[in-house]
Amino acid sequence: MSLTTVATTTKTVNKPNNRKSAASRKTKNRQALSADKKQTVLVTGCAGALAQQVINRLRDKYNIVAVDFREQSYLSEEIPCYKLDFNKRVFEDLFKQYKFDSVIHLGRIQSSEETKIRRYNSNVLGTQKLLDLSHKYGIKHVLILSTYHVYGADAYNPALIDENAPLKAAELTHDLVDSVELENLANIYLWKYPDLNITILRPCNIVGPGIQNSISRLLASSYAPSLLGFSPIMQFIHIDDMADAIMLAHTTNHPGVYNVAPEDWVALQDAIDVSGCRRIPVPSIPPILPRTLATIAGLKMFPSYLINYFKYPVVIDGSLFAETFHYKAKRPLKEIFRFYKEQKN
Amino acid sequence: MKFKSFLKNTFVSHALDKKLEKIEKPVGSLGYDPWGFNKDTNKIVFSLFSSVYEKYFRVQTHGIENVPDSGPVLIIANHSGQLPIDGTLIGYAIANREKAPRQTRAMIERFFPTVPYIGNILNQLGAVLGDPINCAKILDRGEAVIVFPEGIRGSGKLYKDRYKLQRFGSGFVRLAMAHGTPIVPVGVVGCEETIPAIANVKPLARLLGVPYIPLAVPFIFPAKVHLTFGKPIFFDDEELTEEQVTRRVEKVKRAINTLIAKGLDEREAIFE
Repeated sequence: MSLTTVATTTKTVNKPNNRKSAASRKTKNRQALSADKKQTVLVTGCAGALAQQVINRLRDKYNIVAVDFREQSYLSEEIPCYKLDFNKRVFEDLFKQYKFDSVIHLGRIQSSEETKIRRYNSNVLGTQKLLDLSHKYGIKHVLILSTYHVYGADAYNPALIDENAPLKAAELTHDLVDSVELENLANIYLWKYPDLNITILRPCNIVGPGIQNSISRLLASSYAPSLLGFSPIMQFIHIDDMADAIMLAHTTNHPGVYNVAPEDWVALQDAIDVSGCRRIPVPSIPPILPRTLATIAGLKMFPSYLINYFKYPVVIDGSLFAETFHYKAKRPLKEIFRFYKEQKN
Repeated sequence: MKFKSFLKNTFVSHALDKKLEKIEKPVGSLGYDPWGFNKDTNKIVFSLFSSVYEKYFRVQTHGIENVPDSGPVLIIANHSGQLPIDGTLIGYAIANREKAPRQTRAMIERFFPTVPYIGNILNQLGAVLGDPINCAKILDRGEAVIVFPEGIRGSGKLYKDRYKLQRFGSGFVRLAMAHGTPIVPVGVVGCEETIPAIANVKPLARLLGVPYIPLAVPFIFPAKVHLTFGKPIFFDDEELTEEQVTRRVEKVKRAINTLIAKGLDEREAIFE
């Protein structure tokens, strides 16, 4: 089954994004690919703000093919964009058609979205499919976006957790099992198929314009739930800085696992205040109480599975990434929080 | 943040602000470091604590110049008094000394981060969860670390056991060896009498998930405190068995016992 056939026979799977027909697009893309010697990059998660920032940085130097399993996006005439499920067989047709040189895998369903089973299917099994296809089609570099959540929020966490620390998130909350499994899987492939040159990035809280994760929603809201008596140290990275970090990791091939975090820290309650939020106090003891309240409230900005992250610090050490890739975040915390404050005015 | 600014403007004089600014302590753009130390909170508490240090506990220091002016150092002391008063007094003494004042980091018991408010406030004052990784990273940054190797065995002991050193953990010696760090022993006299406990209410402690609940008068007595700092002890970084490391631990323990004895000799009365 060819990609074109799928596109014309199904409505929800593998539908190229925009206004032209899939056939004409395919022809145009092939012509474009043969006309230049640019490398071709598959970017997943293209409906997300971060992926779009990365694509903006890539588009001049690379041919880009974008996919997302959540929603259909339109990026530009030159960038084919597909909505498809990685676990469907038609996903392989993209590899056959475009002959990717590298993959930037940013498409991960966050724990506040979808059911556990759907997340597991997409994040873990979908990634496995992506890695298997990358191996089969000789991809030279795979970059995978993970999260600092995999370390787990535990009262006994030391600060400046490095990449060798155990991933405790799964034992602390079942909602993060898929994040840890995704990492374990990527690590297995990292050793099993060194030719894939897998780079795994574990960033701290990514925030800024367009970011829709829990912490960004919290800072953007006028009223922010805040656990009484707890204000863990947190790290924030601006979406633009994170996109820069991904670009560096993509263009400079140093496979491995890297934390990504700026050399700056702030207590959560100060971050809430500076972002212009009004705190809504939430009782913190006994521990079951805030968890129950969060479950009842059902707020995406304050999900029950993240309660421990609002309580205990998970401070990561980003020095290995900074040294390996000569990276330094440019946007200071004040600028990040100013954006959220200005949104409220 | 506004409340903190109000407290700072109210309690921290310009002179004190300037004095504390001179103490080298790298923090991020909003005044925090990775362990939660906060410049402004530290200044406010330092200002409020000066009367407690000077007038309430009337702290007397001896040999404080033994703490090096810079570079990593482990300050090892006996632990007592149910609350972390001893660590706070040692930290204040070193930050307030005339020559080369330093900001110290006290390693605290592992249950503190689980206690609302207290854990955060201690972190903002420079206290750090007592974990070897934390200690190693802080030493790597050239900071001064206060460690109580007795842990809760020392702080939670009863009045009848005062000034009897409890078992020391050996982690601090291993860290000192691995990081080429001098150990400055400190004998603390006076904190044992601040909250004299006659029993530990273990069932209640278990129920509340804390290491001990002392049966004591709910009052902090104004015992005069003597802090006696000994000469730095250096250990070579060698491949040693646990038994050999324990012998080094015992050496530090003996030094602290000597300093405690010195402090007790100098003390004329508990509340002199």
